[in-house]
Amino acid sequence: MNLHRPVTTLTVRGKTCTVTSPPARRLSEVLREDLGLKSVKVGCDAGDCGACTVLIDGEQHCACLTPLAQAAGRAVETVEASDDPLMTGLQTAFEAHGAAQCGICTPGMLMAALELLRAEPEPGQAQVEMALAGVLCRCTGYAKIVQAVMQATRPVGAEPAPASGAAVGAALPRLDGRAKVDGTEVFGADECPENALALCALRSPHHHAGFAFGDIAAWTRAHPGIVAVITAADIAGENRFGVIPPLADQPALAETTARFLGEAVALIAGEPEAVEALDLAGFPVTWHPLPHSTHQAEGAATGAAQLHAHRAENTLIRGRVARGDPDAALAGSAYRVTGSYETSYVEHAYIEPEAGSAWIEGETLVIQACTQAPVMDRDDTARVLGLPPERVRIIPTTAGGGFGSKLDLSVQPLLGLGVLRTGRPCSMVYSRSESMLSTTKRHPGTMQATIGADAAGRITGMVFHGDFNTGAYSSWGPTVATRVPVHASGPYRTPHIRATSRAIHTNGPVAGAFRGFGVPQAAICQETLYDELAQAAGIDRLAFRRLNVLSDGDITPTGQRLDGVGIAPCLDALIPHWARALDDAASWNRDQPGRRRGVGIASCWYGCGNTSLPNPSTIRIGITHQGRLMLHQGATDIGQGSNTVISQIAADALGLPVGQIELIGPDTALTPDCGKTSASRQTYVTGKAAEAAGRALRAQILRLANMGEGAALTLEAGRIVATEDGQCREIALGARAPDDHGYALSAEETYDPPTTALDEDGQGVPYAVYGYGAQIAEVEVDTALGTTRVVRMTAAHDLGRVINPLLAQGQIEGGIAQGLGLALMEEFVPGKSANLHDYLIPTIGDVPEIRSILIEVPDPEGPMGAKGLGEHVLIPTAPAILNAIRHATGARITRVPALPHRVLAAIEASR
Amino acid sequence: MTSRYLRPTDLQPALEALAAGGLTVAAGCTDLFPATERKHLAGDILDITAVTGLRGIARRDGDLIIGAATTWSDIARAELPAALDGLKLASREVGALQIQNRGTIAGNLCNASPAADGVPPLLTLDARVVLRSVRGARELPLTDFLTGPRQTARAPDELLTAVRLPQAGLAGRGHFLKLGARKYLVISIAMGAARIELSQGRIARAALAIGACGPVAIRLAAVEQALIGQTPAEAAASAPDLAGMLAPIDDIRADAPYRARAAAELVRRLIHGFDAGAQDRAA
Repeated sequence: MNLHRPVTTLTVRGKTCTVTSPPARRLSEVLREDLGLKSVKVGCDAGDCGACTVLIDGEQHCACLTPLAQAAGRAVETVEASDDPLMTGLQTAFEAHGAAQCGICTPGMLMAALELLRAEPEPGQAQVEMALAGVLCRCTGYAKIVQAVMQATRPVGAEPAPASGAAVGAALPRLDGRAKVDGTEVFGADECPENALALCALRSPHHHAGFAFGDIAAWTRAHPGIVAVITAADIAGENRFGVIPPLADQPALAETTARFLGEAVALIAGEPEAVEALDLAGFPVTWHPLPHSTHQAEGAATGAAQLHAHRAENTLIRGRVARGDPDAALAGSAYRVTGSYETSYVEHAYIEPEAGSAWIEGETLVIQACTQAPVMDRDDTARVLGLPPERVRIIPTTAGGGFGSKLDLSVQPLLGLGVLRTGRPCSMVYSRSESMLSTTKRHPGTMQATIGADAAGRITGMVFHGDFNTGAYSSWGPTVATRVPVHASGPYRTPHIRATSRAIHTNGPVAGAFRGFGVPQAAICQETLYDELAQAAGIDRLAFRRLNVLSDGDITPTGQRLDGVGIAPCLDALIPHWARALDDAASWNRDQPGRRRGVGIASCWYGCGNTSLPNPSTIRIGITHQGRLMLHQGATDIGQGSNTVISQIAADALGLPVGQIELIGPDTALTPDCGKTSASRQTYVTGKAAEAAGRALRAQILRLANMGEGAALTLEAGRIVATEDGQCREIALGARAPDDHGYALSAEETYDPPTTALDEDGQGVPYAVYGYGAQIAEVEVDTALGTTRVVRMTAAHDLGRVINPLLAQGQIEGGIAQGLGLALMEEFVPGKSANLHDYLIPTIGDVPEIRSILIEVPDPEGPMGAKGLGEHVLIPTAPAILNAIRHATGARITRVPALPHRVLAAIEASR
Repeated sequence: MTSRYLRPTDLQPALEALAAGGLTVAAGCTDLFPATERKHLAGDILDITAVTGLRGIARRDGDLIIGAATTWSDIARAELPAALDGLKLASREVGALQIQNRGTIAGNLCNASPAADGVPPLLTLDARVVLRSVRGARELPLTDFLTGPRQTARAPDELLTAVRLPQAGLAGRGHFLKLGARKYLVISIAMGAARIELSQGRIARAALAIGACGPVAIRLAAVEQALIGQTPAEAAASAPDLAGMLAPIDDIRADAPYRARAAAELVRRLIHGFDAGAQDRAA
């Protein structure tokens, strides 16, 4: 009998390692915790995401599915433990192609690709897809990953670094890319202080339940190694948080009633081995299940259980934009269309579950965790803990994807509670199901609209209403309720409109921010109806949109006069693609009866920054006495690229090469507030602050050097040299007295978008800058099975000024992948799909070829003309796909996702 | 308390340990690990992946014997008769390579998911499972082994050591189609397998099976009979009537009526795949 002792040897990078873990332990844990190989990421512990992919004897395996015993005596390769030149080539290619955005899936992708390249150094696309199919990416849309792998052994010469003044517009690989490809990037679970306790939460197994605790002290005593159990009764501050402070309502730990499945009710702190061994089934808690609702219609129903006593009819908030006389306009319209639509809960499904650690440094509680909003985290966490904000420091780890959900608190207050109670450092890592159960979702919506057009096809008016399921707590419900009516018309002249919304509480998961704040849902309603309206009016669907688009000087439904409107050029750029796609579909359909192809189009507009609320960003740039150029960049880069884009803008505004910039932050102790990474605001708002700071510092330098605006600057060791017209002046940095920030020279500038409040009819200036776009979807529908394959997407987006085309394409490709998921497969069913095999996101085989067209219609307000892009990119995708399905089959899809059974039913209904 | 982790290299001690009780049999662990959020396998483990002779495919007296610990990648890479083409296609649909490199045929059967991709093609091959224990060995048709969702006829002291494919079932060519809402890494909405022997262009024998449309995957004996004598093109002219044969459920992937219709269409396409002139692609 071979009874395994807990000593196992395996070979890592040619060296034999001996570990003393239990043989049944997941190899991923052994590699990360025993051997420190943190490139091995844990995304699901179920073989669904592939983030932990390593090579065992040259073959790819999920380390999370491999018991240590089965790796005994075998060679294990990870990113950091690979010295294969093919890996070097892959890493270089991933950086150059922008194949890593957040970077959490990158190590797994690299390992899967390494196995492939050893067998096939110049693989074709199909081979790459097959080899990498087991690794999910939520950011990139996969195209750049496929390109990088295909070209990894065919390196092209590196582009020269942009010179002074030439950074903006350059396809610069991300400045923070190296750590993403060499396995050293630090995500929430990757660093943990010595001697830290582990935290785990007891969560409600019911959608709605009262609860009472038994003898917790006795339970604690019976579990050696458990140091503390914390409940709401232990919370010193205000036990409620929320991204919109006046509406903050979510307890860090529920007090007497759990309002959704997965809500935390108690926090357990203990030695890591003790916490890992816990069986919470015996925890002394008694549940009293209560009636519950999870659908907006249930929450809104008469007699529904009320979630919050002070919010009558479970209504968190209503939104309204009204202008003109839409009822009369519709009554007098030559054509009128009406439709109802329903969307589902959608999960962000970033590959990194929430994680972080915390400790005390002097008087300060330091929380290092994944986030999109460090300053909001600090203030909200401090309130829960009863600390002044200045005693809380937030150090964001690299967010392994965010997409809106990591704007809300998750581990932060729990970490704080653990540290304050125990006096020990603490760490907390959510499991996949914990992440999916307890964090926010995209709002499900039930929407109705009627839109009219005159005999010439011009939009006359619109009436829209959307009920949005905001779940148990407020989170970003008010933002969705406000944004949706503002954007309900789409980027079209709509002289008469009444667009209303209601955010309804249910016992479903908390619905919060997800790339687009409700606008992608509303776009499904409006853009599919515009197709019907175009058909009713007998006008080509693109031409109909072109006829109605907003132009400079037009007045929006909120009464705002627009400038720098780029939707017409987007549609114009698509015209040749539209004609080609329609021809392709027609010729395909002549001899493929069972597989119908169709073409759809949809547009978007989207206001950048908070809706009618302040959202300033502050950027500081300093030059040290030694001549180093430091950019205090407080905008969290969640993969979208703000570390690079903000640097490019700052560099050009200052007039120094972007390659000289060293990034500091984000860190609430080191960087001024750049607000949250949301609302497509960082390039615009923080970029504008960076531009101002760069210009201010340049002005200081030129003043000191007594040189004109046209002078060229060079920064060298200990000095700045300004040159103009053959004249050369030098500023000796070492001789200067340190300024308030300790720099030889520095500048700090703040920018806040000029907006105005909306009145009760939603009239005002909600945003200072809008971005625009339009996309064509080409799909193939299997008319007997109802399956839909997207064949190609063509996307034209107006960025105002393209700061970085490589990163912009990455945003477009990734946004389209998420839009495709929204359209075709993503449906979070509370209690049924809290994992990545029941909840489906697109794999490498689902995202089609994407052609990006970047349009530049400068915005008068944006930095160097730039507009936001991050959310815009997924808004048109789902409606374009649905319009293409209808074009292909006649099927009118009114509920997403368009799963095969729904499509087949819609096809039948159309016959 | 330390859990036991046994990883014997011989079958007899494995069976003896199993007879003593209390052990969970582990192979590729692609179902065991997802069933727990813990950092290690739960309970006392009998890991059979080091047992000599349990991995690989061999011919014996004309039959094919697939060892219990044979992985899906092993099957995909093996040179096998055309009757196993469906099983090979299925082997590339069990997760992606990371899963196929670990997941075993015995694990797929003992886990007994109604949506196990390996089952329909094995049913069309008239597969039998070999169960061994200290009490001896027995063999069961796969149809008798799978008794319900997550339920099998395996006694607690038995180890599924091999799948036997009788020679009689190795004639003809196999095919497999899987239907899911995305391309890779997807649990089937429905899937089907076929093995058809043609004689002068006409169907001489047919074996059809459908999975994920009831508590266990099933053979479609009545449909099989009706195909005899037709050309594949004739037989695939319309989807068969499967009314009363399936017992699909509504779940998050699809509703029951859709599953029944899709299953019929899959069967039609499977048969169509045997039409030499057909250029149809897989579903």
